[in-house]
Amino acid sequence: MDITTIADLIVGEKGIIQDIPLDNLPLKLLEMGCLPGKEVELIQIAPLKDPLYIRVNGSHLAIRRETAELILIAKSENLCEKLKS
Amino acid sequence: MRKTEVIKVALVGNPNTGKSSLFNQLTGLNQKVSNYPGVTVEKKTGIAKLSSDVTASIIDLPGTYSINPSSLDENIVLQALLNAENEYPDVVVVVADVENLKRNLFLFSQIKDLQIPAILVINMADQMIKKGISLNIDLLKKELNSEILLISARKNLGIDEVRKTILNYKEVSTTTIANIADRIDAEFFKKLKKSFKDVSLYKAWLLITQHHNFPNTEISLKQRIEAFKTDEDKLKRMQNKETILRYQYINDILKKTYAVDTSKATDLRFKFDKILTHRIFGYVIFASILLLIFQSIFDWASLPMDYIDATFAFLSEWTKNNLPTGPLTNLLAEGIIPGIGGIVIFIPQIAILFLLISILEETGYMSRVVFLMDKLMRRFGMSGKSVIPLISGTACAIPAIMAARNIGGLKERLVTILVTPFTTCSARLPVYAIIIALVIPNDRILGIFSYQGITLMALYLLGFGAALASGLLLNKTLKVNDKSFFIIEMPNYKLPSLKNVFYTVLEKTKAFVFGAGKIILAISIILWFLASNGPETFKNAPEIIKGENTQLSEKEINKKVASFKLEHSYIGIMGKAVEPAIQPLGYDWKIGIALLSSFAAREVFVSTLATIYSVGDDADRTTIKERMGKEINEVTGEKRFNLPVGMSLLIFYAFAMQCMSTLAIVKRETNSWKWPILQLVGMTALAYVAALLTFNLLT
Repeated sequence: MDITTIADLIVGEKGIIQDIPLDNLPLKLLEMGCLPGKEVELIQIAPLKDPLYIRVNGSHLAIRRETAELILIAKSENLCEKLKS
Repeated sequence: MRKTEVIKVALVGNPNTGKSSLFNQLTGLNQKVSNYPGVTVEKKTGIAKLSSDVTASIIDLPGTYSINPSSLDENIVLQALLNAENEYPDVVVVVADVENLKRNLFLFSQIKDLQIPAILVINMADQMIKKGISLNIDLLKKELNSEILLISARKNLGIDEVRKTILNYKEVSTTTIANIADRIDAEFFKKLKKSFKDVSLYKAWLLITQHHNFPNTEISLKQRIEAFKTDEDKLKRMQNKETILRYQYINDILKKTYAVDTSKATDLRFKFDKILTHRIFGYVIFASILLLIFQSIFDWASLPMDYIDATFAFLSEWTKNNLPTGPLTNLLAEGIIPGIGGIVIFIPQIAILFLLISILEETGYMSRVVFLMDKLMRRFGMSGKSVIPLISGTACAIPAIMAARNIGGLKERLVTILVTPFTTCSARLPVYAIIIALVIPNDRILGIFSYQGITLMALYLLGFGAALASGLLLNKTLKVNDKSFFIIEMPNYKLPSLKNVFYTVLEKTKAFVFGAGKIILAISIILWFLASNGPETFKNAPEIIKGENTQLSEKEINKKVASFKLEHSYIGIMGKAVEPAIQPLGYDWKIGIALLSSFAAREVFVSTLATIYSVGDDADRTTIKERMGKEINEVTGEKRFNLPVGMSLLIFYAFAMQCMSTLAIVKRETNSWKWPILQLVGMTALAYVAALLTFNLLT
C-alpha cells in the first residue's frame, strides 16, 4: 500500500483517504463528506488538468489540484480488477 | 374578523435539494425579494395559507451544506438561526435530497442540536425506486426523534402534509440528537455549559467558533464569548473532531435505515459527464450553447422590443395631442413615458437570458461549465463560478454583479464584480445599432457575412476581451488577503422544473425593473427638465429668432426657435462646456449632450440624440437616423457621423462606465466607494484614450 495524494490518481482509480491536513484546508472539505477512511474515486480531470472531479462518501465534488495535492490517500489495489477485465 | 395567527418558518437545506421548488409550491405568487438590513444578500420571503385562520410567513434561506458559513450567502443562515430577534423562526423546515441523505442529515443534525423545532422534509421521494434506494422511515423517525416527511416538490406530492406539520409545529420535539460534546472534549464543554446557562450548548459552541459580530449582542455575552476564543487552533481541531463524530453518528443511523441497491440504479450522470466535461466536446458544446443564447436574445427579443418601442412612442404622441398643453403634459409625454419605455424595452432580453440561464442551472449543467472553465478563469483572477456573472452581463450588469455573491473567494469575487461591466450589456445595443447603421456599409463579404454583423460581433468580443484583460491586470495588482477555497458539488442531471424557471425569470426581471428602473426613470425626468429649461436667452428664444429672421415662414422659424432653445438650455450649456474635452475624439457639443446624459445610463444616448435632432419635428425613428446622417461638421464640411467619428463613439461606449445603477450596485456589493470610483475613473479613462487613438488612426 503506497501513500500518495488524490492528485496522483488517474481517472477511474480509487483510494482510501488517510489524512487531511486541516492546517491548510478548510472545514468545508470535511463537511461535504471528504473524511478520513472514506473511499475516493477520481472521475474526471478538467481539460487544463485542473480542477478534479471526484466521488467521495456519496458526494460528487470538484476540487482544485492544489487541494487534491494535500489530501493523502492509500491507493486501492486495483490490479485484480485490471486482470479480470 | 379574527386576527390570523402567523407562524414564522425558515426553509434550510443543501443546494440542489429542491428547496426552491418546495418554497414555490408553498407560497405560489405570494413571494417577494428584499434585502437584509445592512447586508447585501437577498431575502426571499413568501406567505402560505395553512388553514382558515393560520398563515405561515416563510423565509427561503440560501442553500448551505453546513451551519458553519464559508460565503456571504451561507452566513445568512447562521445569522438567521442564532439571532434571537423578532424574525427568529418558530420552526425550521430542513429540505433534504433522498439521494444525498447522509450529507443532508449533517446539516439537519446541526439544526436539531440548536434545539429549534425542526422538521425534516426528504424531497425527490419519487426517484427512490429508480435509484434503487430503500428507506425505513419509521425507524429513522425514531432514531432521530424527529418529524420526517417524504415529498416530491416537483410533482406536488406530500405538500399538504408539510402544511399540516408546520401548523402543529408546537408538537415537534426540540431535543438534541448527536450528543457528541463529551466525545469531543468533555471538560471543555462542561465549562462552556457553565458559562452559557441561558442558551443551548450547541448555540454556545457556535457563538465561540464563529467569527461574526452579531448585532445587538449584549456586552456580558460578548465578554463570555471572548473568554473562550483564546486558543483558535484548539477550537479548529475541535471543530474537525465534531464533523467526524457527527458523520459517524449519521453513518450509524443510516446503516440501520437506508440502503442503495446500485444494480437497480440507472445513473445517467456518468454518461452525460463523459461528454459534457470532455476535453474537446465539453468546450464545443459550451460554445454552441453560448452562441444559441446570444442568438435567442437577439432573435426572440427583437419582435417584442419593436412592439414596446412603438407602443410607448404612440402613448407619448397620444398624451401630447389629447391632454391640455402645458408643462405637466410635456413632463408626461417627453419625460416620464419615454423614461418608462426606456426601462420596459429591456425586459424581453433580460427575461430571455435568465430563462436560458436558469434552465442551465436547473439541469445541473452550470456546475459542469464551472468545472470546465475554472482553470482558465483563474489566470484572469477569477473562478469558474465567474462565468455565470459574465454571461449574465450580456443582458444587464446589475443582476450579473449580484450573481457574483456565491463566489467564495474574496479576490475572485471582487475581480468578477470589477470587470463584469465591460461585457456588452443590452443597454449598449441601441447605441451600437444606430451608429453601425450610420457608418458601416450594409455590404457583405463573400456574400455571406455582413460588415455590420461583423462589427457588432467584434464589439462583443472586445467587451469580453476587455473584461479578461482587466482581470489579468487586477490579478497582478490587487492585494487581497484571501484564504479562499474552491469546492463545488456536481449535482445529478435533472429536467428543469418550469415552475422554478418561471419564478427565477420573474424575480430577476423584477430586480432589474425596480433596481435600475428607478434610476433610468429619474434620469429621464432630470434630462427632460434640463433640456426644456434655461437662463434668459433660452426664455427669449422666439423674440430673438423672429428679430433675426423676419422673412422666414412660421414653420421654419419654429424649427430655428427649437434648436436655438436646445443650444441655450441648461443641457446645451453643459454640452458646450465639455466640447473642448471631446473635440479630440471627433465629437461636437450635441454629441457631448448625449454623452453627458448617457453617463447615467447608456441607452439614453439614442433618446437624447432623438430629442436633439428631432426637436420641433414629429419625426419617427428612420428620419432620426437620416437626420443624423445629414448632420454636417461645420469645420470640415464633411458628414458629422463619418467612419472615424462613428468608430470612435463605438469604442468609447464599449469601454466607458456609463451606468449609475451599476455603480450603485457595486457600492452595495463591495460595501465601499473605492471600487465603484475605480471603475468609473479607470473605465472612462480607458474609453477616452481608446476613442482618441481610434479617431486619429482613422482620420
